[in-house]
Amino acid sequence: MDLRYTHAEQAFRAELRQWLSDTLPGLPDKPSPEDWPGRRAYDTHWQRLLFDAGYAGVDWPVAGGGRGSTPVEELIFKEELERAHAPYVGVNFVGLLHAGPTVIAEGTPEQRERFLPPILRGDEVWCQGFSEPGAGSDLASMRTRAVRDGDHYVITGSKIWTSHAEVADYCELLVRTGPEDSRHRGISWLILPMDTPGVEIRPLTTIAGSTEFAELFLDEVQVPVANRVGEENDGWRVTMVTLSFERGTAFVGDLLEAIELLSSAVALAQRTGAWLDPGVRRQAGHLRAELDALTALTKRNVTQAARTGVPGMGGTFFKLAYTETRSKLGEFTLSLLGRAGLAADDVDGLDGLGVLPASTMVEDWLRGISLTIAAGTSQIQRNILGERILGLPKEPSVTTQAPASVGGPSGPTGS
Amino acid sequence: MDFELTEFQTDLADGVRRMCQGQFALEQLRAFELAEQVVDRKGWRSLGEAGVFNLCLAEEAGGVGLGLAEAALVFEELGRALVPGPLVASHLAAGLIDGADDGSVVVGLVEIGAPGTGDVAPLIVEWLGDLDVLLVLSDVGVAAVDPQELDAVRLSRPMDPLTPVWSVPRLPPGTPVGGPDIAAWWRRDGAVLTAALQVGSAAWTTDLAVEYAKHRHQFGRPIGGFQAVKHLCADMAVRAELARCAVQAAAVTVDQPDVGDPGAAAAGAKLLADEAAITNGRSCIQVHGGMGFTWEIPAHLAYKRARVLATQFGTDDDLAESLGLWLADPTTGDATGSDGR
Repeated sequence: MDLRYTHAEQAFRAELRQWLSDTLPGLPDKPSPEDWPGRRAYDTHWQRLLFDAGYAGVDWPVAGGGRGSTPVEELIFKEELERAHAPYVGVNFVGLLHAGPTVIAEGTPEQRERFLPPILRGDEVWCQGFSEPGAGSDLASMRTRAVRDGDHYVITGSKIWTSHAEVADYCELLVRTGPEDSRHRGISWLILPMDTPGVEIRPLTTIAGSTEFAELFLDEVQVPVANRVGEENDGWRVTMVTLSFERGTAFVGDLLEAIELLSSAVALAQRTGAWLDPGVRRQAGHLRAELDALTALTKRNVTQAARTGVPGMGGTFFKLAYTETRSKLGEFTLSLLGRAGLAADDVDGLDGLGVLPASTMVEDWLRGISLTIAAGTSQIQRNILGERILGLPKEPSVTTQAPASVGGPSGPTGS
Repeated sequence: MDFELTEFQTDLADGVRRMCQGQFALEQLRAFELAEQVVDRKGWRSLGEAGVFNLCLAEEAGGVGLGLAEAALVFEELGRALVPGPLVASHLAAGLIDGADDGSVVVGLVEIGAPGTGDVAPLIVEWLGDLDVLLVLSDVGVAAVDPQELDAVRLSRPMDPLTPVWSVPRLPPGTPVGGPDIAAWWRRDGAVLTAALQVGSAAWTTDLAVEYAKHRHQFGRPIGGFQAVKHLCADMAVRAELARCAVQAAAVTVDQPDVGDPGAAAAGAKLLADEAAITNGRSCIQVHGGMGFTWEIPAHLAYKRARVLATQFGTDDDLAESLGLWLADPTTGDATGSDGR
């Protein structure tokens, strides 16, 4: 066990840090959260900067046009971006983290050539059409139907939790091509151009008031058979293959952000006097212990990926523990804000306390609620852990491993 | 960066696990339940021969010269097997008290003036009937006391049947054997090694509960197939794994102090490991249902041991608060409790 970084890893970090400090001051102002075209332009501009500097697809294999970095370099990359407060992966998180890797692993040479470079350059944005109103935790029960008609599929149905659908060019779409009851054996993976006639987008408003999600209604939408990735009815496996790209780094930025948020909470408590309460000091200390342990678990998972080339089951442990800690952190910061938390506006505190950072803390509290639901609820994660790691008897309904959806109320990288 | 066991470390842990299975099988240990003396001298010397006590002692001082990372792996195995005795105290005392390093002398330890323990009389002291030397750890240093000199009363109903306890009305000053530096260092390393024992316990109770849940049938199926039970087991596994990572990271941070703050890492590890051992012990009893409440099923032994260890080298409140204070001012240094309060 060695927590020190090698010279090569330190050099990678130093070079990246230098590039970030040179580049970040030149970024345009951040658009408002509801300005979706503005957010697309901002995020894809950032992606282009990464591309030009050779940092696009740091986690993608060289064969797919990526940098082919080691899992440890990927960890360093995400740490440094978060430390420098660089933009997040943003509106194209599906393209960069899920659809792209799927096309690398399972696409034809033509599909790879057509779709991968625009993702890396920031030219094209993807969204995800996996979950349905009637198929959430039980994704294999999905009903959106694709009927073959010559060299096209004709698709009718609906999808939900499609993040950034309004600004997306393509959708990675799971459809039923097999019989109605074929479950995971009758699903295909298609590339849906979002401007195809018959695609209707209806935004969903979250409890945080944000509108990054949409429902997708598909009415006799035609998609060329050439847009199918993998064989017909093999889409479940195609989706699962993407899991092998996960190297334990999905939450690195979030974790650092949480540590920073906790420090702000401590500073706030010191200003308001809440810090005089030993209970508050203990809660803060306890949260820090949990976040540090999660950092250690991340390093364990990254090391396993580096040593074996495949992700272990550590991600399930991580997600269960992290999402719970993050929820507790949200409750903690909200209670420290007191009545200043009744609005998500930064307000001038009374008694010379200065501006209280309500916006970050209230938003984070609300976002924290999505974490134990998104990308597999904690209850489903416990089933997976109990059955696949501990070897306990299966639930009748869990027939196979659920794909790692990056959709849901918030993907692993946030939204 | 490579935060996974080396081949050597894996072999070391495996070797200790095999030794425990052979020499410290639970059925053998249970013969000593509620006895005045629980430490088997022959077994203690075998622990010494296996390097349990002199593992971190420099080679020129007759030790093995390994780091706290290796010691934590060894102690996790000892904790998993519920090996009784003042393991951490004797490990810390190696090099300071003659005979501690090879297991020929059994050394115990009691903390005074530590937050939470106070100087209140009477003091509760573990293992007195087995000890050759009792060390008294305080902020000013470490002093050695002859256990024979103490006017101690053995308590007949110890919480952990394999941890005998005495009531000591008054401690003599003893002979100083170390200063405040050693005291601070012992508090930190003692916290890590005690936490490692707790991780072993938390992992063992998880295994015990999972095995039971696979084989116990009710309503025509194994109870582990019910989510209510499965999710208890899943949470146990998560707690144990997270605590294990925290403890191993803390141990590595003590060995490689440039990667973090060893004191804070030690405090966080002990905090989470105590919780994992206690909560998993309790859950293990729950999964066993009515049988879990019987003396026969060993779940209670782990649960009670976890409670004992949680009172040593920092209680949960003290550790959490020391971490909180460290968060507010990281320059206060050692978060395991020797200062900053």
